[in-house]
Amino acid sequence: MRVEARILLSLGSFFGFMSALYWFWGHENAGGVMIFAAMLLCFVPGSYYFWWSRHMKERPEDDPNATQAQGAGVIGAFPGTSIWPFTLAMGAFFVVLALVFGIWFLVPGFGLAAWALFGGTAEGRRGGTH
Amino acid sequence: MTDVLDPPIVAQPADHGQEHDGPTGILKWLTTTDHKIIGMSYTVTSVIMMVIGGAFAEIIRAQLTSPSNNLVSLAQYNELFTMHGSVMIYLFAGPFAFGGLANMIVPIQIGAPDMAFPRLNALSYWLYLTGSITMLSGFFVAGGAANFGWVAYAPLSNSINTPGAGADLWIGGLLLTGFSAIFTGVNLTATIFYLRAPGMTMFRMPIFTWNMLVTAILILLAFPVLTAGLIMLYCDRHFGTHIFSVQGGGVPVLWQHIFWFWGHPEVYILALPFFGVVTEIIPVFSRKPVFGYKGMIFATMTIGALSLGVWAHHMFTTGVVLLPFFSIMSFLIAVPTGIKFFNWIGTMWRGEIWLSTAMLMAIGFLFTFLVGGITGIYLASPPIDFFTHDTYFVVAHFHSIVMALVLGGMGGLYYWGPKITGYLLNETIGKIQFWFLFIGIQVFTLPMYLLGLRGMPRRVAGYPLHTSWEALNQLATVGAVLIGVSTVLFVVNIGYSWKKYPAGDNPWDGHTLEWFTTSPPPHHNFYRLPRIRSERPTWDYNHPDRPAKYHGHHDIQDGVPVV
Repeated sequence: MRVEARILLSLGSFFGFMSALYWFWGHENAGGVMIFAAMLLCFVPGSYYFWWSRHMKERPEDDPNATQAQGAGVIGAFPGTSIWPFTLAMGAFFVVLALVFGIWFLVPGFGLAAWALFGGTAEGRRGGTH
Repeated sequence: MTDVLDPPIVAQPADHGQEHDGPTGILKWLTTTDHKIIGMSYTVTSVIMMVIGGAFAEIIRAQLTSPSNNLVSLAQYNELFTMHGSVMIYLFAGPFAFGGLANMIVPIQIGAPDMAFPRLNALSYWLYLTGSITMLSGFFVAGGAANFGWVAYAPLSNSINTPGAGADLWIGGLLLTGFSAIFTGVNLTATIFYLRAPGMTMFRMPIFTWNMLVTAILILLAFPVLTAGLIMLYCDRHFGTHIFSVQGGGVPVLWQHIFWFWGHPEVYILALPFFGVVTEIIPVFSRKPVFGYKGMIFATMTIGALSLGVWAHHMFTTGVVLLPFFSIMSFLIAVPTGIKFFNWIGTMWRGEIWLSTAMLMAIGFLFTFLVGGITGIYLASPPIDFFTHDTYFVVAHFHSIVMALVLGGMGGLYYWGPKITGYLLNETIGKIQFWFLFIGIQVFTLPMYLLGLRGMPRRVAGYPLHTSWEALNQLATVGAVLIGVSTVLFVVNIGYSWKKYPAGDNPWDGHTLEWFTTSPPPHHNFYRLPRIRSERPTWDYNHPDRPAKYHGHHDIQDGVPVV
């Protein structure tokens, strides 16, 4: 996890330097804000990873001498199939059509999206039909 | 929930098929969360988009074969070049790379059973598909499709200058595909950070996976900016805001800042995956480890970091940007890119080169990207940019770049296609396709460089009667036709080779983990995994007498690596 943290913190530091340089040299707001935001987007998860890297045991994927047996066990929930992503995307599709053709498209759009959110949540960790 | 056990203790079935029971047919496609099927769906959809965008290009080139052609009207021409650029950038190149190739390959390269968030992955694909349909449906509404160029500059893109549903469908389609890209970026980052196999340390990951990690981070940094900009643009068009209009106190050039803050990292979001593809192909077909593994990684990260600081080199002629800053930053990107070229050549140097179709495509990529890259360095110089801005020189430059990516993408399909489908494509047809594509690209782009230097502006449906312009345009059209023929040959090859040449698990004697599993891989990718002690675990396993001798960490006992 340390390498992951260092990548993000290094990128964030570079963007921090660049935003300062750009701002004091160019006095341009839009670009300055966007680079500054890029710095924050790197520092926030990077700091989290850095903190964890100092408080967690070394993971098998970070151990150069790890054996495959060290990774044995449940490593995550991987649903077999699920209809809810398709349903949610159809809802988003109708919401976008409402932006173009009229707000009545919001009815099927929000309806499908709400159905998908409830359905996907109820599906829970089982992740749909297998 | 499917609990995935550590692959090594899963018994290897006798057959190599998909042991997973579930829906079949169209219901399987609608409900799948398997990264390989989603990746294949992305690939097929994006290639269809390439064909559609390519058809637009052929019409554009046909229009330009004579100075005052009437093949299409001026309004239709505006729609065609807008939608050609939009389809190729938003709907083909990016989704093909980070939706198609990355989805199919990254989890297998790091020994993961799937992407970290399979349902989010499926949602990404459906948002991409619906976004594509939304954008293209502009052709079927009154007023036609969007016609303000793929960059939608304000104030041309406001509701007065570009009224109608076509522009709104363009914005809506881009919103959907933008969210799709962001979700894919989240998924790729989480997968690479959390689902690597034991022993697959960050500095043992294949270069393609490294490049996809940097690409995913760039997506997360850049795409939200575009999404925000599109919402602002929509508000200007329909809710009476004046963010990009002078009348209400807005700033039109702000759109350019927002657009290019996404747009230039997008160039590398498109390019880095294909850098990764050729970095996988070249060592395998040179029978050598990649030269300068860590140098490649740091070059990729440097390119990614610098790419966020160069957006306004697209805006030199606005007169309101900091020329030295953006010029220097743009020049600097040539350094890590040069390192990559040095390493690619170093990898081939004294290798046992096998000129397969994939390798030819990779070498074609190097040449074509070099032409596009060097002309890009010209454009990073403000005096040259002032002279060539909005001319065909710029069109030629970015078509060299993008067509190099097509070469890389085709190389990726010939290289990894057998892993995903289980079948090889015909090599003879593939090589003929390569030569049509490679020669076509050069015949297509080189005249456009000359046209630009002779002053021909871009985005025009006709031009004054001028002998040299006409001949060069005709030559460029010949190149476009050759490229079109190469695309037809690719489709013919798929039909001709359909389930004809079984690939086996490792047809190229590949180095990385995807070549350790079956072709196609089982539902959760691996029945077993080798011990990972270098960035070439499959090579180490298959060639215990020739481990990754140039670099990497090994347990060697009595001259034999422990696998």
